[in-house]
Amino acid sequence: MTREMTGAEMVIEALADQGVQHIFGYPGGAVLPIYDALFQQEKVRHILVRHEQGAVHAAEGYARSTGKVGAVLVTSGPGATNAVTGLTDALMDSIPLVCITGQVPTHLIGNDAFQECDTVGITRPCTKHNYLVKRIEDLPRVLHEAFFVAANGRPGPVVVDIPKDIQFAKGTYVGPQNIKHKTYTPRLKADIEKVKAALELMSRAKRPIFYTGGGVINSGTEASHLLRELVKLTGFPITSTLMGLGAFPAANPQWLGMLGMHGTYEANMAMHDCDVMICIGARFDDRITGRLDAFSPGSRKIHIDIDPSSINKNVKVDVGIVGDCGHVIEDLTRLWRAAGVKTDQKALKDWWAQIDKWRARKSLNYRNSSEIIKPQYAIQRLYEATRDKDVYITTEVGQHQMWAAQFFHFQEPNRWMTSGGLGTMGYGLPAAVGVQMAHPKSLVIDIAGEASVQMTMQELSTAVQYRLPIKIFILNNQYMGMVRQWQELLHGNRYSESYSEALPDFVKLADAMHAHGIRCRKPGDLDEAIKEMISIDKPVLFDCVVDQKENCFPMIPSGRAHNEMILGDAAENLDEAITEEGKMMV
Amino acid sequence: MNTTATTTHYPAATTHERAESHTLTVLVDNEPGVLARVIGLFSGRGYNIDSLTVSETEHQKHLSLITIVTTGTPMVIEQIKHQLERLVPVHRVVDLTVTGKAIERELALVKVRGKGEHRVEALRLADAFRARVIDATTESFVFEITGKSDKIDQFVELMLPIGLVDVSRTGVVAIGRGAEAM
Ligand SMILES: Cc1ncc(C[n+]2csc(CCOP(=O)(O)OP(=O)(O)O)c2C)c(N)n1
Ligand SMILES: [Mg+2]
Repeated sequence: MTREMTGAEMVIEALADQGVQHIFGYPGGAVLPIYDALFQQEKVRHILVRHEQGAVHAAEGYARSTGKVGAVLVTSGPGATNAVTGLTDALMDSIPLVCITGQVPTHLIGNDAFQECDTVGITRPCTKHNYLVKRIEDLPRVLHEAFFVAANGRPGPVVVDIPKDIQFAKGTYVGPQNIKHKTYTPRLKADIEKVKAALELMSRAKRPIFYTGGGVINSGTEASHLLRELVKLTGFPITSTLMGLGAFPAANPQWLGMLGMHGTYEANMAMHDCDVMICIGARFDDRITGRLDAFSPGSRKIHIDIDPSSINKNVKVDVGIVGDCGHVIEDLTRLWRAAGVKTDQKALKDWWAQIDKWRARKSLNYRNSSEIIKPQYAIQRLYEATRDKDVYITTEVGQHQMWAAQFFHFQEPNRWMTSGGLGTMGYGLPAAVGVQMAHPKSLVIDIAGEASVQMTMQELSTAVQYRLPIKIFILNNQYMGMVRQWQELLHGNRYSESYSEALPDFVKLADAMHAHGIRCRKPGDLDEAIKEMISIDKPVLFDCVVDQKENCFPMIPSGRAHNEMILGDAAENLDEAITEEGKMMV
Repeated sequence: MNTTATTTHYPAATTHERAESHTLTVLVDNEPGVLARVIGLFSGRGYNIDSLTVSETEHQKHLSLITIVTTGTPMVIEQIKHQLERLVPVHRVVDLTVTGKAIERELALVKVRGKGEHRVEALRLADAFRARVIDATTESFVFEITGKSDKIDQFVELMLPIGLVDVSRTGVVAIGRGAEAM
């Protein structure tokens, strides 16, 4: 379909053709023509945020909970620079976004015009790709290409910078049919010989482990189903990164919990002692590996990733498979069945017995209290109160985020939205806005810290405006708890600037913002208060006053190995749980 | 595009002077990121780069020389010069087109494939252009040619019908005539 229209109209047309129903944004001089075009149509709904960072996080939440490309619209200059944190966040966590930025007219570019900034220059390192469109003839192609690049291969954010004169200019719109990028054609199907080599290693494994990540979730819900099948078929244990939670159900006995810096004892010990590691859609990030030269020293490693540059980046692997997780898992499953693989049952039984010993340490144990709400307890109660509900969780960044990952259990993909790679405080509230927009009937909860939530607090107004009944569940410990924990660990308990002074009265704040406020101080009142929160059909700001001093365990201090974990004092002290090698290193 | 002037708060474009080609040499500290800064300046401000070469010239002093050929109106060219001068690792910028007495050279490697008459013709032309044969097989030559860019353009064009396969060009390097330093 080709039609004459203005550049601004092309933007709307392309968004609609790409299946965009919601776009998060904020107007300004350099995007007024696009806002005018938005005003005159009903295909694409605009959600007005309160800060452009919020628009990008909302689009991230939208994208992660739906599997679709998130869309953002911001003006030039400050609009674009405010979006930078969100774009970087999306790049680090491989979230598909298209962010349209207005730009000063082409004849003023480079002149330091009002609200000009070098948007493509600034966003080059924090996007998967970006474009400055200087000719109306290029606009339709670039818009469609942007969606293709954002969604295909390893997903990521794409910026399209459109000068104002191009928005006014008239041209011929071209639909998205046959948009194929000239150079970018990521590989989906893997080299079958490599898959066979992986199968060979897996079939002879004595102490195998699956280590999966956000790539499985990005690959689509089908990949998560295939993963379940493969894990069941093999009988191997499975752990996952923070980003991958939900791809495999936490209720399944083969699940070892999350791994990494605040992962479970059993997951990290199994990673350390395994003889075959099957990494699917994860990237050997430093929060996962700890000390690199001591990372899983005795294992042969298989790495499946759609991004060739992820393979052998941090950790040298034995079999690197480039391809889409879903496709590769399917191949593996098919070949495993066809070959009628017989695993070493005796070895696997011993391996599971060892894992059970590690599990018996109960590394997530904590000392509960009847006087004061322990943050872990709060998450447990929240989980219990919502486990039968259609629930989506977002988080901010800090201790509360780790406790959420440890104590809230996910059975399905796309239910857990957290800032993993960049660790952006202020992510959770706007992300919840985006999730709720995509799932109006579902229960959407931002598990927050009192410090983080203040970074993007203003988006509560967005939630109120669009009647998005998000629940902001603040674990208020009056500290930047994660900072305080590190200060205890590394800086002699000198709590430099990590106390949350002058906190707002969150209940009154909620009131002032036309939301609902709840405060809870006593463990005995918690269940009732959570029930109230869920029952209210409005945004709720829940001030859960928790123990100020609680720390997050278990923990691998950075620069240490997996078998050098620090366990909380409530963990079971079972001597035989530590391997001989482990004892030497602790 | 008249609408622009009436419906936005931006001033309209001024009528354009004629664009001309200029050759600039830029003496910079050879530190990481310096080339990215120079290129970023051009792309960020919408200036053209027709040719760009860079190499370390004084190892001891960690100096590199960048030669840029760009097109723009005299006003834009002056802006470019000032913008380059403003970059922290830049020592000096000379617009050789303005100083007016510069020598420019470019080197190209040109691969040609052909048999019989075509081989003879290729060698004849190479001779006329003082291009040297630096690789040969029974069906191909690689020529090395130096000179001004238009001479190279011309050579490449003549090789096209004979069987041009690949061209690799260094881009322009330039230096001022006479005894003075830049
Ligand atoms: C934008 C941003 N600034 C700084 C940090 C560093 N940082 C990580 S966690 C944290 C404290 C978070 O405090 P709070 O939200 O109260 O969570 P808690 O750890 O207390 O649960 C800080 C400052 C960050 N992750 N993001
Ligand atoms: Mg806190």
